[in-house]
Amino acid sequence: MSQEHSSTEVQPLPSDLLTINIGPAHPATHGTLRLQVQLDGETIVNAGAEIGYLHRGFEKQAEACQYQLVIPYTERLNYMGPVHNSNAWCYACEQLLGIEAPARAVALRVITSELARIIDHAVCIGTNLVDMGALTNFWYMYNYREKIYDLMEELTGARMMVNYPRIGGVSLDAPEGWLESVRRVMDDLAEVLGEVQGLVSRNRIFMDRTQGVGVITRELAIQHSVTGPCARAAGVNWDLRKAQPYWGYEKYSFEVPIEQAGDTYARTMVRFREMEESRKIILQAIDSIPGGPVMVTDHLYTLPPKDKVYNTMEGLINHFKLVMHGIRPPRAELYSATEGGNGELGYYIVSDGGPNAWRLRIRPPCFANYSVFPKIITGQLVADAVAALGSINIIAGELDR
Amino acid sequence: MMTEADVAARVQEHFGTAVLDTYTFRGQCSVTVAPGSLRAVLMFLRDQLGFEWLMDVGGVDYLGYDERDWRFEVVYQMLSMANNVRFRVKVAVADESTEVPTVYDLWAIANWEEREVWDMYGIVFTGHPNLRRILCHDEFVGHALRKDYPITRRQKLSAPSENILCETSDIA
Repeated sequence: MSQEHSSTEVQPLPSDLLTINIGPAHPATHGTLRLQVQLDGETIVNAGAEIGYLHRGFEKQAEACQYQLVIPYTERLNYMGPVHNSNAWCYACEQLLGIEAPARAVALRVITSELARIIDHAVCIGTNLVDMGALTNFWYMYNYREKIYDLMEELTGARMMVNYPRIGGVSLDAPEGWLESVRRVMDDLAEVLGEVQGLVSRNRIFMDRTQGVGVITRELAIQHSVTGPCARAAGVNWDLRKAQPYWGYEKYSFEVPIEQAGDTYARTMVRFREMEESRKIILQAIDSIPGGPVMVTDHLYTLPPKDKVYNTMEGLINHFKLVMHGIRPPRAELYSATEGGNGELGYYIVSDGGPNAWRLRIRPPCFANYSVFPKIITGQLVADAVAALGSINIIAGELDR
Repeated sequence: MMTEADVAARVQEHFGTAVLDTYTFRGQCSVTVAPGSLRAVLMFLRDQLGFEWLMDVGGVDYLGYDERDWRFEVVYQMLSMANNVRFRVKVAVADESTEVPTVYDLWAIANWEEREVWDMYGIVFTGHPNLRRILCHDEFVGHALRKDYPITRRQKLSAPSENILCETSDIA
């Protein structure tokens, strides 16, 4: 060391910004999200997000297959609450065709969609908490999710990708005793929510980790079209089930939870309360579910019964025409929006009158919700970015399509 | 209570011949405008009629659909929470050399949405700060959702993007 340095003068530490990648295969991103951040110490001073790692060409594929064949693809969008996507897709097709599903099928859609919302929120809260070191809640939430998957298996034969609804109704009626099983599982929900909320909602560590972290203000929500729980946590009083009711949601009594802070804590609390409201809706739907068929009986849109197909020429031709030539909606365009687990799920269909959509544009809630993310983590710590990311609940399947 | 037809009538009254086409189906209305009037129409909707929200921006390729004078449309789905009404504005884009003005300064979401329309259809948005591909990779050739892009065509990806940091730095 030279003579000069032995004096009292202290050399400053290197202050260059450090650029690091988080993801696309990082455990905390829960999917294939890539984030590049510039760090000053542990503080994020600049952030950029890159998406598309799970892009599978959903919209292109949807143009190449018949309307009813798109149903299973839609469930690969938000795979945390799959059945809501396919319910919404069938509803969009019905609007385009100008038909209405029977009342019993609609009630079954409400029940399955709300079950999907509960598991979506359960996974979101559970994994978000595990990112912050609260492993217990993860087990409670996943354990509960398992019960709902069992219900779905009993109803449809599949657990996750259920392919349950059809254009014009649902594929299967609820088996004997299923609605009572749903009621029992709903009774357990109150207990699970009570336990998890008891562990976190007034937990000092959780509050310190989440309050004031990743704040989406109302203005930012409007700028970025943030919808769903993230917007409601920012004081946006908007839920399509209330504002533009579909599937008879106006018949059910439930509340739209609103918080004002817009931070990670508020989003978690909104989700807790939404699960509670979903439970209320499901119980009312079970109480008021009507009897009758679960598919429309107009065989221009739905397959005829098997005995007609096997025993009559007309039935066989009907079946053949539907399978080979598909359902033919009018030459028109339509935007259909429903309230998915993460916000507004919209399908914009342009039809040329043929059996395939000319154009299917999906408006996935996560795309808008994630676009705000680089902004809300700038100026925060890396650990806070992880907490905020979990609370926005980005599902790569619908983000990248 | 404002309906979509009321909105269409107001827009038509205000913009007259700038509205190239109107469309109504099952209570949903839309207007088609030229790229030159897009910003004026969207700002009129936002500032005069309470359409605070731009819910979605998507492209459509009408190659071979019918006899219209333009090939592409960019579709803006608007929502007014105050009046609980939706509306759709479509921009007629003659071909790939026609540019559409960006609206990212009006709604920040348009930044990503317009990147996606560019990625999928090759429609250029004038004034966009960061018009890069968003879902497909940087080496991708062509635009996947165009009708003349075959669904079976596969492309190779050899390297991920180097620097993706321009997100926050160039947006106020």
